[in-house]
Amino acid sequence: MAAPGQSRFVSQLKRYYALYTGGFIGFVVLLSILEQMGVPNKMLGYIFLGVTVLLYAGIGILSRTSDVAEYYVAGRRVPAFFNGMAVGADWMSAASFIGLAGTLYLSGYDGLAFVLGWTGGFVLVALLLAPYLRKFGQYTIPDFLGARYGGNIPRTIGVFAAILCSFTYVIAQIYGVGLITSRFTGLDFGTGVFVGLGSILVCSFLGGMRAVTWTQVAQYVILILAYMIPVIWLSVKHTGNPIPQIAYGYVLEKVTAREQVLNDPSTPEGAREAEVRSIFRQREKTVRDHLKALDAEGESYLATEKARLVKAVADLQARQDTDPKVLAAANRAVADFPPDAATARKKWRREAEADREKSGPVMAHAEPFAGPDEATRDNKRKNFMALVLCLMVGTAALPHILMRFYTTTSVREARHSVFWSLFFISLLYLTAPALAVLAKYDVYTLLVGSSFSELPSWVSAWASVDKSLMSVTDINHDGIVQLAEVTIGGDLIVLATPEIAGLPYVITALVAAGGLAAALSTADGLMLTISNSLSHDVYYKMIDPKAPTGRRLFIAKALLLGVAVFAAYITSLKPGHILFLVGAAFSLAASAFFPALALGIFWKRANRTGAVLGMLGGLFTCMFYMYITYPFFGVNAPLWWDIDPISAGIFGILVGFAGVIAGSLLTAAPGKDLQNLVDQVRYPSLDGDFKPKDH
Amino acid sequence: MQLKDRHKQYWRQNLHLTGVLLAIWFVVTFVVGWFARDLQSVTFLGFPLSFYMSAQGALLIYVALVGYYAYRMDKLDREYEVHERDQ
Repeated sequence: MAAPGQSRFVSQLKRYYALYTGGFIGFVVLLSILEQMGVPNKMLGYIFLGVTVLLYAGIGILSRTSDVAEYYVAGRRVPAFFNGMAVGADWMSAASFIGLAGTLYLSGYDGLAFVLGWTGGFVLVALLLAPYLRKFGQYTIPDFLGARYGGNIPRTIGVFAAILCSFTYVIAQIYGVGLITSRFTGLDFGTGVFVGLGSILVCSFLGGMRAVTWTQVAQYVILILAYMIPVIWLSVKHTGNPIPQIAYGYVLEKVTAREQVLNDPSTPEGAREAEVRSIFRQREKTVRDHLKALDAEGESYLATEKARLVKAVADLQARQDTDPKVLAAANRAVADFPPDAATARKKWRREAEADREKSGPVMAHAEPFAGPDEATRDNKRKNFMALVLCLMVGTAALPHILMRFYTTTSVREARHSVFWSLFFISLLYLTAPALAVLAKYDVYTLLVGSSFSELPSWVSAWASVDKSLMSVTDINHDGIVQLAEVTIGGDLIVLATPEIAGLPYVITALVAAGGLAAALSTADGLMLTISNSLSHDVYYKMIDPKAPTGRRLFIAKALLLGVAVFAAYITSLKPGHILFLVGAAFSLAASAFFPALALGIFWKRANRTGAVLGMLGGLFTCMFYMYITYPFFGVNAPLWWDIDPISAGIFGILVGFAGVIAGSLLTAAPGKDLQNLVDQVRYPSLDGDFKPKDH
Repeated sequence: MQLKDRHKQYWRQNLHLTGVLLAIWFVVTFVVGWFARDLQSVTFLGFPLSFYMSAQGALLIYVALVGYYAYRMDKLDREYEVHERDQ
């Protein structure tokens, strides 16, 4: 493509997206005027989500294409800057947007493993993969494995692994889509899933990578605005400084000071906290006694206990002066009583665990690897490191991210585009820790110590929506909120920030739209990866290499539809929770792809046997460890070297590298043509270069 | 196709740069992280240093590493005449 054409294209894009961003801000302003005029909140939520979803579908329709290179790699003319934004949206999922700040709120320093892992991985992408994959210049990651190692076996394993990790990840995204649409529009979860999915489909179905790229750029703009606006506001409220990333050091100091006061029983507030904690300790003991008795006496204990509760209700009813609230509580206790031993054990264990957490001192937010003794601390440190490594290597191996670097115009642009990607991603990851601290400051100073009769309005609002997100109960009946009486679900932090900061409802709707954009953009990229692996790698490369363009695209689109419907169906069954799925996807990708990809570029001696051994070995080690350790599967075998299940990939990566190296050294070196391919991939331009053909 | 000496030298230079940047990446992430508990008492911009590094410092360094790599490789490509010409 000639230079003047591309630079005109770039300036055109800049103009379009500047207009779009201005238009979007105008739209938010317009809605806030409508809010002032008295349009109800539910209506605003509908308008917001409806307009953004229509917008994405509109971009999809405008970018429809029937050209193979446009469909698979957006015509390879996406400028570095815009590819950076698209990678940003592709990368930041519902888990980053909604979950991350909450995780940081709940686990303090230890949660920063996600921040480090999800950004530092791009250093690996930049240095080890992106420029070389761009030079190779085909369509999918299995393409590279197939060409580099020769034959269909490495490609087939690549397809299997790509589908496995992308599918695991896409379920988590669709789950997020369903959650957001149902919460903000009142539609039920299943309908929410299908409405969100509709917009993904219009987009990728008509225009493939081309449509997904330009939609993702639009989604990035929405999600970053939605994330930043409330946090900036909150920062101004607490510090007077509009740059939260700089201002929150000072807030963190105050949070730490508050932690010390609340943990010190010689202060009046500390004494009240201690009182609540001792009530929780008592409750834990009671539940543990139940458990012990259950173990000793079995089902008969349940029957006696239940009889006792029923009798208590009868006694209360017999008395004239019974408080109706007390009676209701006693009735509830009977109704909630577990029907059999297994249920009882599960329920009581959960309760004991919850009470135990509440009876401990306030966690120090800034302290790394906190623990009562050296062994606990060391173990936490080890797992922190393992998780960081797993997430980083997983980042550098997820096919939907690597695939985006095929879409730039050149190797040079690919390198620059990793820079822009990391830049745009870091904007959010630098903000999330600030948000966690600012929200914590609000809770520790404004909520704690306030009176139950005058709770801040956001607290009562969210407590009425979902008890698992926000609940406050006056445990010691003193009418004042203690920290131990507050239960906060992680997702609350981002969702409630606009209200905590005292912003109008429009901003809450904006945050919902941002979360939706994050989930949809990631889901878009993932579904395309899955259907492309099937249509390009399986159908075109292995089944029918002579297929005409029209049929290839027809197959690609039909598969996309099938994958989408199947993924939505699986999601509607609600399998496991989001963090479990996300962690699994990273570990699987890291184990299966990274060793074979990186060594394929940097070690000419790596051959097919090595690749097959490394990929299969890594993948199966990782799957095996997840199977035996994730509570979900119910095996619960002892951990290897105390490594948490979420970091299963660490074993997979090691086995993967060992497999590629051993397998390659034990068999003959790859042929001349494969070695030439490695050389061509290593140099942006060589005499006698192969030209990737686009048809 | 036969690689010329200057091609081999280009690749060595690239490996060298990649190695140095990866070493920085490793130190910033894993060495600093390993000693996080010891760095708590040091204060930086109001933050405990260990918290600052994991929440902000490391990220800024990552961005700088990737940016420097792109800039340096552009120059290296031209120096060794392996840059892409038709753009």
